[in-house]
Amino acid sequence: MANSFTRVMSGRNTAVVLASIGASTLASGYLLSDSTAAADRKRLYPPSADFPDLRKHNNCMAAALTPKIYARLRDQTTPSNWTVDQCIQTGVDNPGHPFIKTVGMVAGDEESYEVFAELFDPVIKDRHNGYDPRTMKHPTDLDASKITSGMFDERYVLSSRVRTGRSIRGLSLPPACTRSERREVERVVVTALSGLKGDLAGRYYSLGDMSDREQQQLIDEHFLFDKPVSPLLTSAGMARDWPDARGIWHNNEKNFLIWINEEDHTRIISMEKGGNMKRVFERFCRGLKQVEQLIQERGWEFMWNERLGYILTCPSNLGTGLRAGVHIRLPILSRDPRFKKILDNLRLQKRGTGGVDTAATGDTFDISNLDRLGKSEVELVQLLIDGINYLIECEKRLERGQDIKIPSPVAQHV
Amino acid sequence: MPFGNTHNNFKLNYKVEEEFPDLSKHNNHMAKVLTKDIYAKLRDKQTPSGYTLDDVIQTGVDNPGHPFIMTVGCVAGDEESYEVFKDLLDPIISDRHGGYKPTDKHKTDLNFENLKGGDDLDPNYVLSSRVRTGRSIKGLTLPPHNSRGERRLIEKLSVEALTSLDGEFKGKYYPLKSMTDAEQEQLISDHFLFDKPVSPLLTCAGMARDWPDGRGIWHNDNKTFLVWVNEEDHLRVISMQQGGNMREVFKRFCTGLLKIEEIFKKHNHGFMWNEHLGYILTCPSNLGTGLRGGVHVKLPKLSTHAKFEEILTRLRLQKRGTGGVDTASVGGVFDISNADRLGSSEVEQVQLVVDGVKLMVEMEKKLEKGEAIDSMIPAQK
Repeated sequence: MANSFTRVMSGRNTAVVLASIGASTLASGYLLSDSTAAADRKRLYPPSADFPDLRKHNNCMAAALTPKIYARLRDQTTPSNWTVDQCIQTGVDNPGHPFIKTVGMVAGDEESYEVFAELFDPVIKDRHNGYDPRTMKHPTDLDASKITSGMFDERYVLSSRVRTGRSIRGLSLPPACTRSERREVERVVVTALSGLKGDLAGRYYSLGDMSDREQQQLIDEHFLFDKPVSPLLTSAGMARDWPDARGIWHNNEKNFLIWINEEDHTRIISMEKGGNMKRVFERFCRGLKQVEQLIQERGWEFMWNERLGYILTCPSNLGTGLRAGVHIRLPILSRDPRFKKILDNLRLQKRGTGGVDTAATGDTFDISNLDRLGKSEVELVQLLIDGINYLIECEKRLERGQDIKIPSPVAQHV
Repeated sequence: MPFGNTHNNFKLNYKVEEEFPDLSKHNNHMAKVLTKDIYAKLRDKQTPSGYTLDDVIQTGVDNPGHPFIMTVGCVAGDEESYEVFKDLLDPIISDRHGGYKPTDKHKTDLNFENLKGGDDLDPNYVLSSRVRTGRSIKGLTLPPHNSRGERRLIEKLSVEALTSLDGEFKGKYYPLKSMTDAEQEQLISDHFLFDKPVSPLLTCAGMARDWPDGRGIWHNDNKTFLVWVNEEDHLRVISMQQGGNMREVFKRFCTGLLKIEEIFKKHNHGFMWNEHLGYILTCPSNLGTGLRGGVHVKLPKLSTHAKFEEILTRLRLQKRGTGGVDTASVGGVFDISNADRLGSSEVEQVQLVVDGVKLMVEMEKKLEKGEAIDSMIPAQK
């Protein structure tokens, strides 16, 4: 570890350990005290002068933020001096859509979730169906052997994929990270990945140094990620300094892939053509565990705590950060008026085949789990598997002219 | 977006080499000037309001630029940025403004009577005339850095000043966030409405934060004098009309500006100005007069002449498409305006436009008659 990081890390680790016990009283210790002129500005403009105009807004942050909460949080900072204004900027700049409720805020570092808990907790509760970080614990379970019936009918399921994110403890998240922190994330992760062996062995492609040929190859394989254009991400500052310290790693078999420094420190993806979701998840869990071990050997660890599970940039990805899904053809079912209700009750979500915010092409949909927090990885993948099998059953019944049933809703926490 | 001094202190834990941006693929003024030494010297500094070096340069780091177009690559967050980060900004200003030195003094001249001619540009060629500039309210931070509270104060002060104008300057303010659909359509068809910036040059500098809070458009009843509030600068002041009477446009421009300045001064809020840099604006390219005076002019033959670019350069003029900066010309109609901002006065710059456009229209007429224009090509101004 570089010396400057060791020095910074030891101070932050203490704070993080305290924070992860749930000591939100920590918030009072980090009042903005730096320059007197900046302090003067704060006095000249009381919180009410700075309170954002959220009347046309429809996102979780806007629903939760009140002038009182803002007044209490505005002048606090995390140990790396991140503020609540910086957390909410993306939600202020992007009022949202009358039909789609976005989250509207991000974390700049692990401590954001503690220091600004008064705002994050209701947002988390809203987004994650009543999950209360104050009272509930999140289960983590990456034992793929527990999965049953994980092989789909390939006449319907074209491909299977599981993704999650992981953050490196002690380094700020993409909205807040400095260039050197971002470069350190890249170094830590790439070093760890070079230790992977067997079917997981692979190589790294830095976005800035990629040759045209490599770039085209990665595009053709649907691996390449681009500079974010979504204002949800750019308003949060995640595209700063692009493409510095961004890159893609994948194994030689091209079914295990890691994005570095896009919306999170790392996004880990296991995917393959066809319907063998059990194998995809097994590789996912194995790869994740090995990467974790490799970074631990060098004194690093992932951001995780009992209340929130794995800590990621967007509160919507807390818990497992897991999206397991398939590309599936459901020509008849997708036209049935009950399709949406069936998906809702199975806790599934449909997207177009280009991913989030795209439309479906033909009859092929991306169907994945809706939930992230409050259920473990194994539970969510099993839910996805059971749900997809149910959808395929429905499609087959409709093919035969038989009727289908809307399943009863899956149990939630509240 | 601005991180401010507190986050900057945390960054100082990391060495210069670790933090220095990768500018190897960059082509902008900031990338040409910034060295590790300058970065090391300035990285722990901040302006009184907490603006830092990384804030200044973020837009230039995020936007490498274009092999042919040299953008500035940095912005100011407040008046003091130009002082605190002198070591970076002075060479950039020199590069951008034709060798302007740190010891040079800038002339301000808003006496429209000093303009010679300008009322007789041929309206068969000159379709419209326009002069714009920007002004910043002293004591408040600039668009890349200001908080919502400050931005709202800027709006409040501006609206108070503008609504007290009378005569040909009597008008109305339209806040962006409460505009009706009818008002919006009218402002679009008048070519007055400005939109949320999409250019990454602006968004990466944090100027579009909290849109449309605190933003709006004011214009007089005659629709010849227009002020944008809280777009890229605190105020952008525009005088415009159809036809070629640049003199009248400039007269209204100067008169209106001076009236507005008087009102601000009465309430103890002058404009940011000093005798070295003239009027202080967000982008270093707009220092000095901040003035762009120009016309939409039909030059289908001249614009395809081999010497067109050279003529423009010699006349100290610049061409743009009729959609403004970074657009293409439509039907041989060009936006021709002064290239300079700093080191010459408002009158001098508008004089160059008036004289230069007059000459180019005569050249166009000659070319229409099939005659050569070589003898008319001017010496470098």
